[in-house]
Amino acid sequence: MTHGPVVVIDYDAGNLRSVSRALGHVGAEPVVSADPADIDRAGALVLPGVGAAADTMAKLSERGLVEPILEYIAADRPFLGVCMGMQALLLRSEEGDTPCLGVLPGEVRRFEPSPDRKVPHMGWNTVEWLREHPVVEGVPSGSYFYFVHSYHPTVSDASLALGETEYGVRFPSVLARGHLVATQFHPEKSGELGLRIYRNFVEWARRLSTASSPVPAAT
Amino acid sequence: MLTRRIIPCFDVDNGRVVKGVSFVELRDAGDPVELARAYEQQGADELVFLDITASSDNRSTTYDMVAATADQVFIPFTVGGGIRSALDMKVMLELGAEKVSINTSAIQTPELINEGAYRFGSQAVVVAIDARRVRGSKGQWEVFTHGGRNPTGLDAVEWAKEAATRGAGELLVTSMDTDGHQSGYDIGLLRAISDAVTVPVIASGGAGGPEHMTKALAEGHASAVLAASIFHFGTYSIREVKEHLAAAGLPIRPVPAAS
Repeated sequence: MTHGPVVVIDYDAGNLRSVSRALGHVGAEPVVSADPADIDRAGALVLPGVGAAADTMAKLSERGLVEPILEYIAADRPFLGVCMGMQALLLRSEEGDTPCLGVLPGEVRRFEPSPDRKVPHMGWNTVEWLREHPVVEGVPSGSYFYFVHSYHPTVSDASLALGETEYGVRFPSVLARGHLVATQFHPEKSGELGLRIYRNFVEWARRLSTASSPVPAAT
Repeated sequence: MLTRRIIPCFDVDNGRVVKGVSFVELRDAGDPVELARAYEQQGADELVFLDITASSDNRSTTYDMVAATADQVFIPFTVGGGIRSALDMKVMLELGAEKVSINTSAIQTPELINEGAYRFGSQAVVVAIDARRVRGSKGQWEVFTHGGRNPTGLDAVEWAKEAATRGAGELLVTSMDTDGHQSGYDIGLLRAISDAVTVPVIASGGAGGPEHMTKALAEGHASAVLAASIFHFGTYSIREVKEHLAAAGLPIRPVPAAS
């Protein structure tokens, strides 16, 4: 495999441009596309997302993106999901009782709102790393990231959690398995440390494609 | 732990920040992008741009500003002012704003809140409420529109509840009584609304110093505090405010180390 581009999946997600800008800022020259051929040639794939689960799944399905994404992830190629792009990876979401992609074993549950625990969970909260990972290299455990969501992921396999956050409940705010990483927070809106995560992801993907390339790419 | 947010607010006219900013050496104190970047470096948690451009013919200057800000600023920002339809919302969000704020248009067409929440998610829809204390009442506030000029007859707490039920993800609550006086936020108003809804409330109107912000958060139960003049004129830096709030025991995101 040669160095494919970083492809951001285009399905009208609200944070599509913010994610693309952050990737551009760290030098990735992202390709924004809904074309399965672009997914196929991607060196790294990014699934953004905000809003409702049912709407997200419907749009992915309408655009014929579900199968290409599942095939890409099944091949364990570098993948980053952000916010709804993380939740979509689980089996299902309580939000409208929506079946999701089912890539990871777990469900998406609603925060219980109250006047002293507001929902959406909106603002900067801390993330504790549960292990080391190339994507969070140089980012201290306990760093602050920007969250905005009313539903949170849960996983039935605790080893999937890379980062954890507390908001009434402790929930896995970063999931990682093989070459897949997903964050509940918005790295593209989390200042320098958020950009560091994008930079780490892009460099990690680049190293992986170099390592697996039969012919060394020209520099 | 989820931290309380400190939010500088700018008034923007034809794509330029008005009511001068003098807290730091800037090449161009009217350039929203340069200011936004400076505040991001200082530790602002979010930003709000209030577009006061009078003529809708000049909206393109606002669009350019929003796009340029989104290109260079990597913290969330909200755009308010002149947003009257779901299409207006869509344009701002696609240009890179995290949220849009609606005020008069939400009162004239409350369905706009539902439509915005349905199409873009509640997290993208902020309803701004300008309220004034009803004379002689103990705890009643009336909603005003058009920058506080026109009374609506609506009770602020009831309207806040309705806005949240319709899908607002956040409420930006400004007291017209305290706004501009720098003598503190209207704690009664903040608390009445914050305790009546389960969405976050941003306190606005009356910040004169960090002690006012502490009160708005601790006693007014707000999730965030918005201020303009005290930051823009350098009376207090974001860092000073954050240190004060942290010392008062409030959860605050520390100012990031300079990169």
